[in-house]
Amino acid sequence: MAETILKARNLTKHFDITQSFFNLLLRKQKMIVRAVDGIDFEINRKQSFALVGESGCGKTTVGKLIMKSLELTDGKLVMEGKDITEINDTAKLKAYRRVTQMIYQDPFSSLDPRFKVFDIVQEPLLIHDIGGSIEERRELVKRALEEVRLVPPEEFIDRYPHMISGGQRQRVAIARALILKPDFIVADEPVSMLDVSVRAEILNLMKDLIEKENLTYLYITHDISTTRFFSDDIGVMYLGDLVEKGKVGDVLDTPLHPYTQALVTAVPEPKPERVGRIKEIPIKGEVPSGTNVPEGCRFHPRCPYAKKVCKNKQPPEKYPYDDGHAAKCHFAGQIEYDKEQYIE
Amino acid sequence: MSKKTVLEVNDLSTHYMTSKGDVRGLDDASFEIKRGEALGLAGESGCGKSTLAFSLLKMVQPPGKIVKGTIDLDGIEVTKLTEKQARKKIRWNKISMVFQGAMDILTPVYTVGQQMKEPLKYHKGIEGKEAREICVEYLDLVDLDAELFDRYPHELSGGQKQRVIIATALLMEPDVVILDEPTTALDVVVEARIMNDLKRLKKELDNSSIFITHDLSILAEVSDKLAIMYAGWIIEIGSALDIYHDPKHPYTEKLMAAIPTLHEDIDRLEYIPGAPPDLIRPPSGCRFHPRCHKAFDKCREEVPADRMVDGVRVKCHLYPED
Ligand SMILES: Nc1ncnc2c1ncn2[C@@H]1O[C@H](COP(=O)(O)OP(=O)(O)OP(=O)(O)O)[C@@H](O)[C@H]1O
Ligand SMILES: Nc1ncnc2c1ncn2[C@@H]1O[C@H](COP(=O)(O)OP(=O)(O)OP(=O)(O)O)[C@@H](O)[C@H]1O
Ligand code: SF4
Ligand SMILES: [Mg+2]
Ligand SMILES: [Mg+2]
Repeated sequence: MAETILKARNLTKHFDITQSFFNLLLRKQKMIVRAVDGIDFEINRKQSFALVGESGCGKTTVGKLIMKSLELTDGKLVMEGKDITEINDTAKLKAYRRVTQMIYQDPFSSLDPRFKVFDIVQEPLLIHDIGGSIEERRELVKRALEEVRLVPPEEFIDRYPHMISGGQRQRVAIARALILKPDFIVADEPVSMLDVSVRAEILNLMKDLIEKENLTYLYITHDISTTRFFSDDIGVMYLGDLVEKGKVGDVLDTPLHPYTQALVTAVPEPKPERVGRIKEIPIKGEVPSGTNVPEGCRFHPRCPYAKKVCKNKQPPEKYPYDDGHAAKCHFAGQIEYDKEQYIE
Repeated sequence: MSKKTVLEVNDLSTHYMTSKGDVRGLDDASFEIKRGEALGLAGESGCGKSTLAFSLLKMVQPPGKIVKGTIDLDGIEVTKLTEKQARKKIRWNKISMVFQGAMDILTPVYTVGQQMKEPLKYHKGIEGKEAREICVEYLDLVDLDAELFDRYPHELSGGQKQRVIIATALLMEPDVVILDEPTTALDVVVEARIMNDLKRLKKELDNSSIFITHDLSILAEVSDKLAIMYAGWIIEIGSALDIYHDPKHPYTEKLMAAIPTLHEDIDRLEYIPGAPPDLIRPPSGCRFHPRCHKAFDKCREEVPADRMVDGVRVKCHLYPED
């Protein structure tokens, strides 16, 4: 049976933005962004958990909370059986950051252009006092580069980021995250900036590392089409809340929440049967801002199925099939979903 | 009755003359677009999609220059126009463009309306209430409320801004609209709705369009015709249905296979090893040969000519020459 490595309970992050310049100008009252608003999930060892949702829904904030680069407003995080919510002292934090690494979205700006590949990849070793001599560190860096198939490593180790392609840069970023042999990696949009052909190569590589390096991923992405391949479980976020979670196949094939249904329907597919046809996206309007979260079900103003209860009462997490597939919708399991619905 | 051809491009080449050498951004592009037809243009970053688009508007910036070929836009030879003529005769009223990354182009100090009215005044001398009415009509076409006319760009969401820009590009009723990555920065739901708008507009206005993107999956919905570019070349062009059904060029084939599927479990993704070439010194023979899984001797030596394969035009030695 799958073993839980990370457990989040009521994970919450609210940002107080009252003091920002713009609000002062407008003389606004206290303003809180409910970026992550009390979510629960578990991630299993040697699996990849995909976190998807539209821009601003709180994905990166979840990643940063796990990395402990942001303080929780409320809730609890348990990693490897240890409560990490309250660890604040430098030594423990450092030890935690050794086993938990992050890969960032943009391979073009996340690598400092003034440093060579060697300097970029060795930096975590210096921070954690690993590899006594420069020769030793060069060996470790070379091995990490081989791991991400930048071979032969001698050819890449002394180059600057601008001298390698975008896909190669992203592999350097992965090598840097791998060099400390972490157990857990938060990969925040690791392939979004890359062309499809290169994207596929990087995802294959990252997937192989699960077995080879005993890795677990939180895979943050807005590109749902990659999750079926790359992930085991998936969580769908909307306006700071986790509105649906379950096995990737279950969630994509039979989405329960009307928001997930719209999201999955909106994913374009390069298939001949889609030429000249378009799927109707039932939801209207824009995502409200995190400072102004609607009462009741936070999706109700845009939901085509909203009833009175949705305006008044927050939906509980429902498990209509009695498996791990859950959705926060009053009507979860009662709304039909037809994935082949086209207009005209 | 077959429809009228509005744009015919022949052997068009545009290079950037840099100190390191000439960057062959676009080489020998030929295609035509009929009235009401939508051409989808796809390919990896740097393959020349925007270069082609700028060439069609005669807007290539130095050190870039159209070095060869012809562009017949409804009887006007675009390559021969001076900057002044291009501005007066073709831009916005015959051919318009939604630029890549255009969302940031709206000037923050002017309202949506002030910015939309500008081309109406310049080209048609329409001002005041009449201009406002026309603008509001086009805002409505892209599903935006008239109330947005008096708002400033920072008061709009990304998707709304992009719609304003699309509405502005349509305002002069051009024969051809070029959309360069119009939805790339947007979320899928917003993207899907803009794609819905575009499809509806095509029916209502019967205009022609060129939709540019690196994302082959979204082109299925909006294209009648598909052109795939690699390293400055159009390597495959034909009916979208045919190409999605049965891609002919090894590059197109791999590109399609690299896109993961939503409703099937797969163990590995296909990918194209290596990176696109340096366009100052592109590879000999077929520019794709260093990355091609089907390359043979001839591919390294001889530039493949275009040939017709089952109604699709392909630039590849694997198929017999016409
Ligand atoms: N430091 C901060 N101060 C104030 N608000 C913040 C801060 N960081 C994030 N937010 C807000 O919190 C919400 C969630 O942001 P987050 O970056 O987690 O979203 P995301 O899902 O990663 O979006 P994207 O897909 O665009 O990266 C947004 O409304 C954002 O504006
Ligand atoms: N001003 C310029 N000077 C020199 N080279 C240029 C210039 N503009 C573009 N290029 C080169 O011309 C080639 C084609 O660029 P173009 O912008 O047309 O590509 P694209 O297909 O639109 O790419 P993307 O998907 O990244 O927008 C690239 O190799 C690019 O580096
Ligand atoms: S011409 Fe040769 S190298 Fe080029 S795509 Fe065809 S098979 Fe591959
Ligand atoms: Mg983010
Ligand atoms: Mg471009």
